[in-house]
Amino acid sequence: MTTEVGVRPHESTHVKGSDPGAGGRGGAHHSLVELTLARLREFVREPEALFWTFFFPIVLSIAMAIAFPSRGARSVRVGIEPGPASSELRDALAASKDIVVRDVAPADQLRALRNGDVHVIILGGSPPTYRFDPAREESRLARLVADEVLKRAGGRADPWKAREDEVEVPGSRYVDWLIPGIIGLSIMNNGIWSIGFMTVQARLRKLLKRLAASPMRKREFLMAPMIARLVFLGPEVSAPLVFGVLAFGMPIRGTIVNITAVVLVGALAFGALGLLMGSRARTFEAASGLMNLTTVPMWVLSGVFFSASNFPDAVQPVIQALPLTALVDGLRGVVLEGATLGSIWTELAILAAWTIVPFALALRFFKWR
Amino acid sequence: MQLAARCQNLQKRYGDVVAVDGLSLEVRSGECFGLLGPNGAGKTTTIEILEGLLAPDGGDVEVLGFRWNAHERELRQRLGIQLQETQFTDKLTVEETLRLFRSFYDRGKSIDELLALVELESKRRSWVVKLSGGQKQRLSIACALAGDPDLLFLDEPTTGLDPQSRRQLWDILARFRAAGGSVLMTTHYMDEAQVLCDRVAIVDHGRVIAEGTPKELIASLGAPKVVVHEGTLEDVFMLLTGRHLRDD
Repeated sequence: MTTEVGVRPHESTHVKGSDPGAGGRGGAHHSLVELTLARLREFVREPEALFWTFFFPIVLSIAMAIAFPSRGARSVRVGIEPGPASSELRDALAASKDIVVRDVAPADQLRALRNGDVHVIILGGSPPTYRFDPAREESRLARLVADEVLKRAGGRADPWKAREDEVEVPGSRYVDWLIPGIIGLSIMNNGIWSIGFMTVQARLRKLLKRLAASPMRKREFLMAPMIARLVFLGPEVSAPLVFGVLAFGMPIRGTIVNITAVVLVGALAFGALGLLMGSRARTFEAASGLMNLTTVPMWVLSGVFFSASNFPDAVQPVIQALPLTALVDGLRGVVLEGATLGSIWTELAILAAWTIVPFALALRFFKWR
Repeated sequence: MQLAARCQNLQKRYGDVVAVDGLSLEVRSGECFGLLGPNGAGKTTTIEILEGLLAPDGGDVEVLGFRWNAHERELRQRLGIQLQETQFTDKLTVEETLRLFRSFYDRGKSIDELLALVELESKRRSWVVKLSGGQKQRLSIACALAGDPDLLFLDEPTTGLDPQSRRQLWDILARFRAAGGSVLMTTHYMDEAQVLCDRVAIVDHGRVIAEGTPKELIASLGAPKVVVHEGTLEDVFMLLTGRHLRDD
């Protein structure tokens, strides 16, 4: 670069001897490499960060798998009034292997229903009374199961009994659907929280100010944590996937290349969002607030634990435009259905937009002091 | 006369507080220039404006013949900057931290040379968090020297250090100057300014109230005021800035 300044007075007096052999970067790598290495080192030397990255998704998958077992039909829980008056009812219900009977005192009925301790409460009499919340799937199911058992005990004759062909289709069970969701969730959380917090910490320690005083390229400083995140994606994503395959026989129908592509774009998007969250915050509290504001709605809306189609049509365009929705849908597509990248291009495009726009905003509004 | 840095009629205010109020100074090539002043006098604001970290509200700044708005990148390559209160990443080693800073510069010393210069070879593989205050400060100086700068800015480089660490820093500075480097530093220690600085400016309320070599300033006290001991720069300082405390 040429300069228009005529006076460069110091040039002539520059006599200091730097070892010419040391030239270049004096044994250091390219600045982007050094910045990335610094982030990686900082990360692996922080044991808590490793836990959240690698074990949390597995722990969450195990917990969800226990809570929602996929093998065999789950029994329904029916509450009845304690005491000898209900003994006939109790015997009739207990005869079915699909029903677990629990005694619930009259005062506790509503609480037991609310907590899911029982799905329906049956009060004896002729005819009996079913007390349940029709808005809850499991309550409606319990009512149907109990109703059939009681009517049959009451002497109802079925015109015929269907032959039942029980199948279990790997890939369509809740746990199969859940694991890609949890991977998406962990990519989001690790990206936003680790990058956001490290940035705020560097600002609090006045390290950002010191770096801004050096000739470091600011763009490279912001790119480094995103690249560092990519390095850890391998273990971070494959741990829950391998766990899913070994523990649940989850099928992986897509190619490694396609899965990798989706995961990379997703990690970049959430890395950029993390930078944006941390771009101006001066305290951890302010940063946490922003990050919760960003992530918590997506925990709920993006279909990680239950399908996003439960939300009304009016908000669907918004939900579909969220980065976590795009990542989770894209992952489910490649992992469970073997989708090609061409068939999930909208998801990839949404994630690319969520990478470019937040990164540009972070670079523009970043506070170095 | 060749100048390493120059500012004229510098102005900076934070809301109602005037931090720098028409301050002018010149740092000559090859000299060590000291900015002295009580807390809140505007030293750090002045040095940060010269370092291109703060934009002045008014006045003119030229560093190594360049202006910040036109040649920031060239200037950054040729300046060494040590700030107050920088905390380097705890869990990086001395060598890793130096490598990081060295990688930002197009020219400069090797990592080994830098470690030798600040006598941190034995701490090469120690995490920053394990270093003593003096060692951390030497690391900070090494990072400032990584690009083999023409002009070094030091903001209270020895505050809070033990006497040995201070002397060690003085030695490092002497070596830097022997190689032709210029220095602009702030300090609270008058003995330090007397030993290190060719010229000093005493700053109060955002302007320069006295300027000259330490000898000249001491001589300006005049004989009658110095009766019990030989005059020091500290006498000059106390006379000019008063004895009341400046606890911000």
